[in-house]
Amino acid sequence: MNPVASVVDFHTSAKLIGAGLAAMGMIGAGVGLGVLFGSYLQAAIRNPAGAASQQTMLFLGMALTETMGLFAFVVSLIILFGS
Amino acid sequence: MAQQPAIEPMHQFLIHKIIQGPVFHVGGLAVDMSITNSVASMIAGAVILIAFFALTARREIVPNRGQALAESLYNIVDRVLVGPIIGHGGKPYVPYIFTLFLVILVLNLMSVVLAVGNVAGFDLTFAVTSQLAVTATLAVLTFFSVFILGFVKHGPRFLGLFWVSGMGIFGGIAMVLIEMISYFVRPLTLALRLFGNMLGGHVVMSLFGSFVVALAIVGLSGGLATLALIPSILSFAMIVGLTGLELVVAILQAFVFAALATVYLNEVVNFGHGH
Repeated sequence: MNPVASVVDFHTSAKLIGAGLAAMGMIGAGVGLGVLFGSYLQAAIRNPAGAASQQTMLFLGMALTETMGLFAFVVSLIILFGS
Repeated sequence: MAQQPAIEPMHQFLIHKIIQGPVFHVGGLAVDMSITNSVASMIAGAVILIAFFALTARREIVPNRGQALAESLYNIVDRVLVGPIIGHGGKPYVPYIFTLFLVILVLNLMSVVLAVGNVAGFDLTFAVTSQLAVTATLAVLTFFSVFILGFVKHGPRFLGLFWVSGMGIFGGIAMVLIEMISYFVRPLTLALRLFGNMLGGHVVMSLFGSFVVALAIVGLSGGLATLALIPSILSFAMIVGLTGLELVVAILQAFVFAALATVYLNEVVNFGHGH
Protein backbone atom coordinates (compact mmCIF):
# COMPACT_ATOMS: atom_id res chain seq x y z
CA MET A 1 0.00 0.00 0.00
CA ASN A 2 1.50 3.26 -1.12
CA PRO A 3 1.20 5.81 1.75
CA VAL A 4 1.22 8.69 -0.75
CA ALA A 5 -2.11 7.45 -2.10
CA SER A 6 -3.87 8.52 1.12
CA VAL A 7 -2.67 12.12 0.91
CA VAL A 8 -5.68 14.45 1.04
CA ASP A 9 -6.20 17.18 -1.51
CA PHE A 10 -5.33 20.82 -0.90
CA HIS A 11 -8.89 21.95 -0.15
CA THR A 12 -9.41 19.34 2.57
CA SER A 13 -6.06 19.93 4.19
CA ALA A 14 -6.61 23.68 4.27
CA LYS A 15 -10.02 23.02 5.84
CA LEU A 16 -8.51 20.83 8.54
CA ILE A 17 -5.77 23.35 9.34
CA GLY A 18 -8.37 26.14 9.49
CA ALA A 19 -10.56 24.15 11.86
CA GLY A 20 -7.57 23.55 14.11
CA LEU A 21 -6.66 27.24 14.10
CA ALA A 22 -10.25 28.24 14.87
CA ALA A 23 -10.30 25.86 17.84
CA MET A 24 -7.34 27.77 19.31
CA GLY A 25 -9.84 30.37 20.48
CA MET A 26 -10.66 27.96 23.26
CA ILE A 27 -7.25 28.72 24.84
CA GLY A 28 -8.64 32.04 26.01
CA ALA A 29 -11.68 30.41 27.55
CA GLY A 30 -9.42 27.97 29.38
CA VAL A 31 -7.31 30.79 30.81
CA GLY A 32 -10.45 32.69 31.73
CA LEU A 33 -11.99 29.75 33.56
CA GLY A 34 -8.74 29.25 35.47
CA VAL A 35 -8.68 32.90 36.53
CA LEU A 36 -12.35 32.72 37.48
CA PHE A 37 -12.15 29.65 39.69
CA GLY A 38 -8.76 30.69 41.09
CA SER A 39 -10.13 34.05 42.18
CA TYR A 40 -13.21 32.42 43.63
CA LEU A 41 -11.10 30.00 45.66
CA GLN A 42 -8.86 32.81 46.91
CA ALA A 43 -11.84 34.83 48.01
CA ALA A 44 -13.56 31.78 49.50
CA ILE A 45 -10.49 30.88 51.58
CA ARG A 46 -10.17 34.45 52.84
CA ASN A 47 -13.84 34.67 53.74
CA PRO A 48 -15.43 31.20 53.92
CA ALA A 49 -18.66 32.59 55.37
CA GLY A 50 -19.39 34.59 52.24
CA ALA A 51 -18.44 31.88 49.76
CA ALA A 52 -21.74 30.02 49.52
CA SER A 53 -23.72 33.16 48.71
CA GLN A 54 -21.58 33.87 45.64
CA GLN A 55 -21.83 30.41 44.09
CA THR A 56 -24.62 31.42 41.72
CA MET A 57 -22.47 34.30 40.50
CA LEU A 58 -19.55 31.88 40.05
CA PHE A 59 -21.59 29.62 37.78
CA LEU A 60 -22.99 32.59 35.85
CA GLY A 61 -19.46 33.87 35.27
CA MET A 62 -18.40 30.39 34.25
CA ALA A 63 -21.22 30.21 31.71
CA LEU A 64 -20.40 33.60 30.20
CA THR A 65 -16.68 32.83 30.00
CA GLU A 66 -17.25 29.43 28.52
CA THR A 67 -19.42 30.89 25.77
CA MET A 68 -16.42 32.56 24.15
CA GLY A 69 -14.64 29.22 23.94
CA LEU A 70 -17.76 27.56 22.58
CA PHE A 71 -17.98 30.16 19.82
CA ALA A 72 -14.53 29.04 18.70
CA PHE A 73 -15.60 25.41 18.98
CA VAL A 74 -18.73 25.97 16.90
CA VAL A 75 -16.82 27.96 14.24
CA SER A 76 -14.37 25.07 14.08
CA LEU A 77 -17.25 22.62 13.62
CA ILE A 78 -18.80 24.80 10.90
CA ILE A 79 -15.48 24.78 9.03
CA LEU A 80 -15.17 21.01 9.42
CA PHE A 81 -18.72 19.93 8.61
CA GLY A 82 -20.21 22.94 6.81
CA SER A 83 -20.48 22.49 3.05
CA MET B 1 -5.81 -8.18 9.67
CA ALA B 2 -9.03 -7.56 11.51
CA GLN B 3 -11.58 -5.14 10.14
CA GLN B 4 -11.09 -1.73 11.80
CA PRO B 5 -14.31 -0.10 13.02
CA ALA B 6 -14.70 3.40 11.63
CA ILE B 7 -14.30 6.22 14.16
CA GLU B 8 -17.39 8.36 13.57
CA PRO B 9 -18.03 10.56 16.61
CA MET B 10 -20.72 12.60 14.83
CA HIS B 11 -22.78 9.57 13.81
CA GLN B 12 -24.71 9.59 17.11
CA PHE B 13 -26.29 12.95 16.28
CA LEU B 14 -27.97 11.77 13.08
CA ILE B 15 -31.75 11.98 13.10
CA HIS B 16 -33.63 9.07 11.59
CA LYS B 17 -37.31 8.26 11.41
CA ILE B 18 -38.80 5.55 13.59
CA ILE B 19 -42.45 5.85 12.56
CA GLN B 20 -43.47 7.54 9.32
CA GLY B 21 -46.16 10.11 9.98
CA PRO B 22 -48.33 12.29 7.76
CA VAL B 23 -46.77 15.23 5.91
CA PHE B 24 -48.72 18.48 5.97
CA HIS B 25 -48.12 21.30 3.51
CA VAL B 26 -48.42 24.70 5.16
CA GLY B 27 -47.83 27.38 2.59
CA GLY B 28 -44.73 26.27 0.71
CA LEU B 29 -43.34 24.34 3.67
CA ALA B 30 -43.65 20.61 4.16
CA VAL B 31 -44.23 19.78 7.82
CA ASP B 32 -43.28 16.17 8.46
CA MET B 33 -45.04 14.76 11.54
CA SER B 34 -42.93 11.59 11.67
CA ILE B 35 -41.69 10.23 14.99
CA THR B 36 -37.89 10.51 14.79
CA ASN B 37 -35.42 9.38 17.44
CA SER B 38 -35.27 13.01 18.59
CA VAL B 39 -39.04 13.21 19.02
CA ALA B 40 -39.13 9.83 20.77
CA SER B 41 -36.48 10.98 23.25
CA MET B 42 -38.38 14.18 23.98
CA ILE B 43 -41.62 12.23 24.54
CA ALA B 44 -39.75 9.87 26.87
CA GLY B 45 -38.37 12.87 28.78
CA ALA B 46 -41.84 14.39 29.12
CA VAL B 47 -43.26 11.07 30.34
CA ILE B 48 -40.46 10.71 32.91
CA LEU B 49 -41.05 14.26 34.20
CA ILE B 50 -44.83 13.97 34.43
CA ALA B 51 -44.66 10.51 36.03
CA PHE B 52 -42.06 11.68 38.54
CA PHE B 53 -44.11 14.63 39.71
CA ALA B 54 -47.39 12.70 39.64
CA LEU B 55 -45.88 10.02 41.86
CA THR B 56 -44.11 12.32 44.30
CA ALA B 57 -46.78 14.97 44.85
CA ARG B 58 -48.20 13.43 48.03
CA ARG B 59 -47.99 16.51 50.27
CA GLU B 60 -46.78 14.62 53.31
CA ILE B 61 -45.28 16.64 56.15
CA VAL B 62 -42.34 14.27 56.43
CA PRO B 63 -41.44 13.72 52.76
CA ASN B 64 -40.19 10.43 51.40
CA ARG B 65 -37.14 10.34 49.13
CA GLY B 66 -38.95 11.16 45.89
CA GLN B 67 -40.89 14.06 47.38
CA ALA B 68 -37.71 15.41 48.98
CA LEU B 69 -35.97 15.35 45.58
CA ALA B 70 -38.90 17.06 43.88
CA GLU B 71 -39.05 19.74 46.57
CA SER B 72 -35.32 20.39 46.53
CA LEU B 73 -35.46 20.76 42.73
CA TYR B 74 -38.14 23.39 43.23
CA ASN B 75 -36.06 25.06 45.93
CA ILE B 76 -33.11 25.40 43.53
CA VAL B 77 -35.25 27.57 41.28
CA ASP B 78 -37.26 29.32 43.97
CA ARG B 79 -34.71 30.00 46.74
CA VAL B 80 -31.36 29.90 44.92
CA LEU B 81 -32.23 31.61 41.63
CA VAL B 82 -35.44 33.64 41.59
CA GLY B 83 -35.44 34.69 45.24
CA PRO B 84 -31.97 36.27 45.48
CA ILE B 85 -31.72 37.48 41.87
CA ILE B 86 -35.18 38.97 41.22
CA GLY B 87 -36.72 39.31 44.67
CA HIS B 88 -40.41 39.44 45.51
CA GLY B 89 -41.49 40.49 42.02
CA GLY B 90 -40.17 37.24 40.59
CA LYS B 91 -42.78 34.87 42.06
CA PRO B 92 -45.06 34.83 38.98
CA TYR B 93 -42.17 33.69 36.76
CA VAL B 94 -41.03 30.74 38.90
CA PRO B 95 -43.17 28.20 36.92
CA TYR B 96 -41.58 29.16 33.60
CA ILE B 97 -38.01 29.04 34.92
CA PHE B 98 -38.80 25.79 36.72
CA THR B 99 -40.19 24.19 33.56
CA LEU B 100 -37.18 25.33 31.56
CA PHE B 101 -34.83 23.94 34.20
CA LEU B 102 -36.62 20.58 34.41
CA VAL B 103 -36.90 20.03 30.67
CA ILE B 104 -33.22 20.73 30.06
CA LEU B 105 -32.19 18.76 33.15
CA VAL B 106 -34.16 15.65 32.16
CA LEU B 107 -33.07 15.72 28.52
CA ASN B 108 -29.42 16.29 29.51
CA LEU B 109 -29.42 13.54 32.11
CA MET B 110 -31.16 11.10 29.76
CA SER B 111 -28.54 11.68 27.10
CA VAL B 112 -25.72 10.91 29.56
CA VAL B 113 -27.22 8.19 31.75
CA LEU B 114 -28.78 6.17 28.94
CA ALA B 115 -25.77 6.74 26.65
CA VAL B 116 -24.45 3.35 27.82
CA GLY B 117 -26.84 1.90 25.27
CA ASN B 118 -25.19 3.90 22.50
CA VAL B 119 -21.72 2.71 23.51
CA ALA B 120 -22.99 -0.87 23.41
CA GLY B 121 -24.24 -0.36 19.87
CA PHE B 122 -27.98 0.02 20.49
CA ASP B 123 -29.57 3.31 19.48
CA LEU B 124 -31.46 3.52 22.77
CA THR B 125 -31.14 7.20 23.37
CA PHE B 126 -30.47 10.41 21.61
CA ALA B 127 -28.90 13.60 22.94
CA VAL B 128 -31.77 15.98 22.21
CA THR B 129 -30.03 19.00 23.73
CA SER B 130 -27.07 18.56 21.40
CA GLN B 131 -29.32 19.55 18.48
CA LEU B 132 -29.00 23.25 17.76
CA ALA B 133 -32.65 23.37 16.62
CA VAL B 134 -33.87 22.32 20.08
CA THR B 135 -31.61 24.61 22.10
CA ALA B 136 -32.28 27.53 19.73
CA THR B 137 -36.03 27.02 20.20
CA LEU B 138 -35.68 27.16 23.97
CA ALA B 139 -33.38 30.19 23.79
CA VAL B 140 -35.52 32.17 21.33
CA LEU B 141 -38.66 31.35 23.32
CA THR B 142 -37.03 32.61 26.52
CA PHE B 143 -35.49 35.70 24.96
CA PHE B 144 -38.57 36.95 23.15
CA SER B 145 -40.89 36.16 26.08
CA VAL B 146 -38.70 38.36 28.24
CA PHE B 147 -38.36 41.07 25.59
CA ILE B 148 -42.11 41.26 24.94
CA LEU B 149 -42.82 41.17 28.67
CA GLY B 150 -40.63 44.25 29.00
CA PHE B 151 -42.80 46.17 26.56
CA VAL B 152 -46.01 44.89 28.13
CA LYS B 153 -44.91 45.99 31.60
CA HIS B 154 -43.11 49.24 30.83
CA GLY B 155 -44.23 50.33 27.36
CA PRO B 156 -41.81 52.26 25.13
CA ARG B 157 -39.85 53.34 28.23
CA PHE B 158 -38.33 49.87 28.10
CA LEU B 159 -36.07 51.01 25.23
CA GLY B 160 -34.21 53.03 27.88
CA LEU B 161 -32.55 49.73 28.71
CA PHE B 162 -30.07 50.46 25.94
CA TRP B 163 -29.24 53.96 27.16
CA VAL B 164 -26.13 54.31 29.32
CA SER B 165 -26.26 57.50 31.37
CA GLY B 166 -23.19 59.67 31.98
CA MET B 167 -21.62 59.13 28.55
CA GLY B 168 -22.67 62.39 26.88
CA ILE B 169 -24.80 62.49 23.73
CA PHE B 170 -22.31 61.00 21.23
CA GLY B 171 -20.86 58.49 23.62
CA GLY B 172 -24.41 57.51 24.54
CA ILE B 173 -25.36 56.88 20.90
CA ALA B 174 -22.24 54.77 20.41
CA MET B 175 -23.04 52.84 23.56
CA VAL B 176 -26.63 52.22 22.40
CA LEU B 177 -25.24 50.34 19.39
CA ILE B 178 -22.90 48.26 21.52
CA GLU B 179 -25.60 47.58 24.12
CA MET B 180 -28.04 46.51 21.40
CA ILE B 181 -25.54 44.09 19.89
CA SER B 182 -24.74 42.58 23.27
CA TYR B 183 -28.47 42.36 24.05
CA PHE B 184 -29.59 40.70 20.83
CA VAL B 185 -26.71 38.22 20.81
CA ARG B 186 -28.20 36.69 23.97
CA PRO B 187 -30.42 34.05 22.35
CA LEU B 188 -27.44 33.00 20.23
CA THR B 189 -25.20 32.56 23.27
CA LEU B 190 -27.94 30.79 25.24
CA ALA B 191 -28.48 28.31 22.42
CA LEU B 192 -24.81 27.79 21.61
CA ARG B 193 -23.77 27.27 25.24
CA LEU B 194 -26.09 24.33 25.83
CA PHE B 195 -25.53 22.94 22.33
CA GLY B 196 -21.74 23.23 22.48
CA ASN B 197 -21.42 21.73 25.94
CA MET B 198 -23.56 18.70 25.20
CA LEU B 199 -22.13 18.16 21.71
CA GLY B 200 -18.52 18.48 22.90
CA GLY B 201 -19.04 16.11 25.81
CA HIS B 202 -20.71 13.45 23.69
CA VAL B 203 -18.09 13.68 20.94
CA VAL B 204 -15.26 13.20 23.44
CA MET B 205 -17.04 10.25 25.10
CA SER B 206 -17.72 8.67 21.73
CA LEU B 207 -14.08 9.15 20.65
CA PHE B 208 -12.73 7.39 23.72
CA GLY B 209 -15.34 4.66 23.22
CA SER B 210 -14.02 4.05 19.70
CA PHE B 211 -10.44 3.95 21.06
CA VAL B 212 -11.43 1.16 23.47
CA VAL B 213 -12.82 -1.04 20.69
CA ALA B 214 -10.22 -0.23 18.03
CA LEU B 215 -7.23 -0.77 20.34
CA ALA B 216 -8.73 -3.94 21.85
CA ILE B 217 -9.12 -5.43 18.36
CA VAL B 218 -5.45 -4.66 17.62
CA GLY B 219 -4.40 -6.01 21.03
CA LEU B 220 -6.26 -9.30 20.66
CA SER B 221 -4.36 -10.15 17.46
CA GLY B 222 -1.53 -11.48 19.66
CA GLY B 223 2.25 -11.02 19.76
CA LEU B 224 3.74 -7.62 20.54
CA ALA B 225 0.41 -6.01 19.63
CA THR B 226 -0.97 -7.26 22.97
CA LEU B 227 0.55 -4.09 24.43
CA ALA B 228 -2.29 -2.15 22.74
CA LEU B 229 -4.60 -3.53 25.43
CA ILE B 230 -3.02 -1.08 27.91
CA PRO B 231 -4.22 2.13 26.19
CA SER B 232 -7.52 0.38 25.56
CA ILE B 233 -8.02 -0.16 29.29
CA LEU B 234 -6.85 3.40 30.00
CA SER B 235 -9.41 4.73 27.49
CA PHE B 236 -12.10 2.73 29.25
CA ALA B 237 -11.08 4.28 32.60
CA MET B 238 -11.22 7.66 30.86
CA ILE B 239 -14.84 6.97 29.78
CA VAL B 240 -15.79 6.19 33.37
CA GLY B 241 -14.28 9.49 34.51
CA LEU B 242 -15.78 11.44 31.62
CA THR B 243 -19.25 10.05 32.34
CA GLY B 244 -19.00 11.49 35.84
CA LEU B 245 -17.84 14.81 34.43
CA GLU B 246 -20.67 14.80 31.89
CA LEU B 247 -23.21 14.22 34.67
CA VAL B 248 -21.90 17.36 36.40
CA VAL B 249 -21.99 19.30 33.12
CA ALA B 250 -25.54 18.11 32.39
CA ILE B 251 -26.82 19.37 35.75
CA LEU B 252 -24.73 22.54 35.63
CA GLN B 253 -25.87 23.52 32.13
CA ALA B 254 -29.53 23.14 33.10
CA PHE B 255 -28.82 25.33 36.14
CA VAL B 256 -26.91 27.89 34.07
CA PHE B 257 -29.67 28.13 31.45
CA ALA B 258 -32.25 28.73 34.19
CA ALA B 259 -29.93 31.21 35.95
CA LEU B 260 -29.39 33.27 32.80
CA ALA B 261 -33.11 33.27 32.04
CA THR B 262 -33.61 34.57 35.60
CA VAL B 263 -30.99 37.29 35.13
CA TYR B 264 -32.65 38.41 31.88
CA LEU B 265 -36.05 38.45 33.59
CA ASN B 266 -34.57 40.49 36.44
CA GLU B 267 -33.78 43.35 34.04
CA VAL B 268 -37.42 43.45 33.01
CA VAL B 269 -39.07 43.00 36.40
CA ASN B 270 -36.78 45.41 38.27
CA PHE B 271 -36.47 47.84 35.35
CA GLY B 272 -35.95 51.43 36.46
CA HIS B 273 -34.71 50.79 39.97
CA GLY B 274 -31.25 49.56 40.70
CA HIS B 275 -29.87 50.13 37.22
